[in-house]
Order: sequence, then C-alpha cells, then structure tokens
Amino acid sequence: MSGAVKGLPMSIPMNNSDSWTVAGRTFTSRLIVGTGKYKDFEQNAAALVASGAEIITVAVRRVNVSDRKAPMLTDYIDPKKYTYLPNTAGCFTAEDAIRTLRLAREAGGWELVKLEVLGEAKTLYPDMRETLRATEILAKEGFLPMVYCVDDPIAAKQLEEAGAVAVMPLGAPIGSGLGIQNRVTIRLIVEGAKVPVLVDAGVGTASDAAVAMELGCEGVLMNTAIAEAKEPVRMARAMKLAVEAGREAYLAGRMGRRMYADPSSPLAGLI
Amino acid sequence: MLNTAVALSIILNGEPHRVTAGMRIADLVRELGLNPKKVAVERNLEIVPRSTLGDVFLEEGDQLEIVHFVGGG
Repeated sequence: MSGAVKGLPMSIPMNNSDSWTVAGRTFTSRLIVGTGKYKDFEQNAAALVASGAEIITVAVRRVNVSDRKAPMLTDYIDPKKYTYLPNTAGCFTAEDAIRTLRLAREAGGWELVKLEVLGEAKTLYPDMRETLRATEILAKEGFLPMVYCVDDPIAAKQLEEAGAVAVMPLGAPIGSGLGIQNRVTIRLIVEGAKVPVLVDAGVGTASDAAVAMELGCEGVLMNTAIAEAKEPVRMARAMKLAVEAGREAYLAGRMGRRMYADPSSPLAGLI
Repeated sequence: MLNTAVALSIILNGEPHRVTAGMRIADLVRELGLNPKKVAVERNLEIVPRSTLGDVFLEEGDQLEIVHFVGGG
C-alpha cells in the first residue's frame, strides 16, 4: 500500500451515504434550488446539473395563450429526473396559496409542495397567521407541505403540529443575499424540530450555505444566489461544495470556542 | 367550409375568448397547442381532474384557468 499515510486507513470513510428524508422520500443532495431569474432555460439546466440538486422549486402560472411556441421548463428539466416542488410564490392569502397548490397537484400529480404565504411585497416576509391556516387545510387535504416561515422556534413548532412535513425558516429576506441574520433562532428551530429544517431564503454566497448546514439544518433552499451570480453555473458548484462542507463540519463537531489564544505547538522543549 | 357553428364566450386566463359550441376542455387545450398532460385546468374555481378533461363541455360564460409549471424560487 504505497502512498497511504501511516496510521490512516486507506480511505477515510466519507459520508457518501449521508441522506435525508422528508415525508418518506429520501434524497442525497441537501441543496434545493429554485428555477427563477435565469438568463434562459439552458443556463438554468446547466446550473442545476452543477448544483447536484435533486429537488427544484417551480412556480404555477397561467400558460401563454398567445405564444404557442414559447419554450417550457419541462422541456429542459425533466420532471421524471428531478423532483418538482411547486411553490406558492406571489400568494398573499391562505386561499390563494391553497388554490395554487390544488392546481399544482393536478398539473404534477404529487402532494409534496412548498407553501409560502407572503405578508407584504417590500420584505416578502411570511404572514404566519395565514401560513399556519393554510398548512392546516393543506394537511387535511392530503398535501405534504414544506413551509417557508419566520425564524421563530415557536412558529416552527406550531407549523409542525399543523402538519408541515418540513419547516423552512428564512435566513434573511427573499432575494436579499444578506446571509443568515440570526444563527441563534435557526439553531433553536433545529433543536426543537422533529421534521427537517431547511434554510429557505437569504443565502448570498457559499459561506452562508455552509453556516446553515453547520447549524444542523437538513438542507438549504436557494435561487437568487445562484441565478444572479456573475457565473451562475460556477456558483451552483460552489453551493454544492459549501452545503457538503457545512454538513461534514456539523457531523464532525466543531471545536469549542475560546476567548483567547491557545498555541497549537507544544510549549515544552522550546529552545 | 363555411363555419356556421355557434360560438361561445368564455374567459380564458383572465381574457375574453371565443370557442365553438360543443367543444370539450381537452379540445380547447389541444387547440391552444398544449399537452393536456402538462397543464392543470380550473373551471369556475373548481379543479377539473385531468381524467375528465375530455368529458367536460365548455359553456357560455365559463371562467377557465389553464396553468403549468414555470421557473420560480
């Protein structure tokens, strides 16, 4: 065995089998990517491949009645290969969101959906009263809602009790790229949740995604951070690596924090 | 061929639209160049199951929404 470092096994067991499960469905990639804001479908598809994501979010919109030749998302991203997660972006009431998801279920034929009920256009902050009400109704109708929410451990618990199959707190406002603003609340949500927790919204660059994973989140959902990068495909790859690195760091267990320095070289034997 | 068929007025995706009387929803979807397997249809705020698109006749004043998946975050 040449080349092996003394004392180390031939291969370090990497967590290649590290997977996560939501509503009985198991995935290897912990990165969920949006499909909005891309220059074109080709770039979107290339970024998706680079990201390694298995789940993509999609919106539900009226078909273009006047332009029959308009290209369709499904022509570029195969719904048989990727899990389409329909969202309710743009919905400001529980009724609008439920109506949208009923259509999504009919279009796609599956129950796993992303619920978001927005409170106002300026911040795109979720309206938690409407979100909770919609979650209850959707769960009763057999939907499996993954729910976008505020970074509030109590709200997260209430969503879980209402039937959310995953809670997805924002790290910062949608599309802001400001990174995770409150690590404490994200950690508290993770500690208290029995369903997967994914940071949804606010990631701006790779380190933000790594932070989310280091806090113990099961995954991260992002769109703008990749789509608005100068090189989206390269950023998609960076996000893949960041999510993997953050997950590995979480599993490895970080060192304790010290207030002052602690030398790494021995003090004994100093000349 | 002279088209003497009676036309119906419906609202399709928020816009006025004329269809031939006796048309089923599936006929309209195909006429629009769409694959019925890739869209969902709501008629007067009720989902029309895909399996019945070929059975439901359009009626005067119907409000139809035909949607599909697009890119989104």
